[in-house]
Amino acid sequence: MRYLPKSPAERKQMLAVVGGKTIDELFSSVPEQYRLKKALNLPGPLSEAEIIQYFKARAAENSLGYTSFLGAGVYNHLRSVITDTIIQRGEFLTSYTPYQAEITQGTLQSIFEFQTLMCQLTGQDVANASMYDGSTAATEAVLMAERLTSRRRVLVARSVHPEYRTVLKTYAKNSGLVVEEVGISADGTVDTIALQSSLKEDVAAILVQSPNFLGVIEPIADLANIAHKVGALLVATVTEAVSLGLVRPPAEADIVAMEGQSFGLAPSYGGPYVGVIASREKFVRQMPGRLVGQTTDSNGRRGFVLTLATREQHIRREKATSNICTNQALCALAATVHLCLLGKEGLREMAHQNLSKARFALAELEKIPGVRRAFDAPFFNEFTIVLPRSAKLVNAQLLREKIIGPFVLGTAYPELTKHALVCVTETVTRVEIEKFASALRSALEQPV
Amino acid sequence: MTYPPSYRYTKQHEWIDVKDSVGTIGITDYAQHELGDVVFVELPKPGAKVQAGKSFGNVESVKAVSEIYAPVSGEVVEANAELEATPEKLNSDPHKSAWLIRVKLADQAELAQLMDAKAYEAFISEKNKEASA
Repeated sequence: MRYLPKSPAERKQMLAVVGGKTIDELFSSVPEQYRLKKALNLPGPLSEAEIIQYFKARAAENSLGYTSFLGAGVYNHLRSVITDTIIQRGEFLTSYTPYQAEITQGTLQSIFEFQTLMCQLTGQDVANASMYDGSTAATEAVLMAERLTSRRRVLVARSVHPEYRTVLKTYAKNSGLVVEEVGISADGTVDTIALQSSLKEDVAAILVQSPNFLGVIEPIADLANIAHKVGALLVATVTEAVSLGLVRPPAEADIVAMEGQSFGLAPSYGGPYVGVIASREKFVRQMPGRLVGQTTDSNGRRGFVLTLATREQHIRREKATSNICTNQALCALAATVHLCLLGKEGLREMAHQNLSKARFALAELEKIPGVRRAFDAPFFNEFTIVLPRSAKLVNAQLLREKIIGPFVLGTAYPELTKHALVCVTETVTRVEIEKFASALRSALEQPV
Repeated sequence: MTYPPSYRYTKQHEWIDVKDSVGTIGITDYAQHELGDVVFVELPKPGAKVQAGKSFGNVESVKAVSEIYAPVSGEVVEANAELEATPEKLNSDPHKSAWLIRVKLADQAELAQLMDAKAYEAFISEKNKEASA
């Protein structure tokens, strides 16, 4: 396919075919007052050399040489050049939706492998071919629970990513779904006493995140039991997928909604990332999104096809499980390649390094007078600390030392005024952690 | 296969067998034949309301998903739970054990709108003629 605009000669030719004299004549059915009469407010065209110059200048604005302790839903992990090399192959990069199984076995197989990996990681039976990102996956998982239970109320832990909760509320706003939040207990996990008092037989699902937004690992099996007692489903969301290399998978949850960015996708301006929904086989017909299945062809050979497409809106619009009619195929491929490169041992090793470095960082930070750990429950690669003064001001000082400081929790949780969420991944070295601790110490020693 | 004379039939190929104001509803042998191998059946839960001429569930075969339309209005008193595990029964025994739902009729008069077995057989033989023409 060419991405070149039409030449004046071609325009003339096309107009002749449709019997119009001018382009304006084609738009004559659009009422006068809705027609654009002035040129769009866009800069003029650039030559190739000017474009290269422009992007070089933008690239030079990138912040190089900084160490980041910021996570909060997006994580900086090691990535191999092999991942980018493979996803940039034309067969993958420019391929369209694999509707025609006979010419798209490669794409279909890669998606099937992605689904298989996601099932293995989440402890679930079936996974879809991906969603836009973790936040829409979490919302779609809740809507799926709503359809499965025919109930209209959902309880959401406040320890779920604040932006995920916002996305859910946006979807729920005009749909009649009632979203209620449940608070956080002293150890950082969801307040199960408050949860049980709000839990009635009209609740479709409980949505929790683990590790949660405060870094703490939630007791998924206990929460599933609580939900199941009243016939509600447990939806577990995971924002830090690398945690699954070490933390017990949320196998007891009925639906798992995950952000897969940690698997081979670099942090970037909001995406594109890759969401995942995995669930039990008996719920598959209420799953949103694309699914690839394994089958045999007329000669008995193993093959792959899009399956259960009648759940999708391009087949049965008004009866579809979701208005999503796409997937993040290229990002899902990156995650697949990344995981295959790491392997089971590699992922476990990566997860181990995250945990070890986070524990080391916490120990270093706790040596600083006035700094303490906020929550006692176990964590993975993020933990919350309480500072003796505003985390925002501290971060400004850290930035001068080329350190991107921890997430200021007060921006999302007004009650957590001096709390900061520290993220430590395998990309950070011991020396950098020590430098961060000493920079934080001197920032706190300075007069306010 | 013969069409039970005590049943009433719709043009969308559902049947209803009414006893004491409760109607058992299913799809006809003609319908299952047109659908091909049935792999999944989605039915409403007891307590749900159905409306004559409106869809109340669907049958998924290897070829397509088809809506099932209620022959009468009323409240669902029972759904055939066996079809969840053995949807293929719809192909082998559509007029008996593979019934779909039982409905408490809201208005007996609606039955007068439906065809008897003789009229339905004539209706499908017309359909078959169209198909072979």
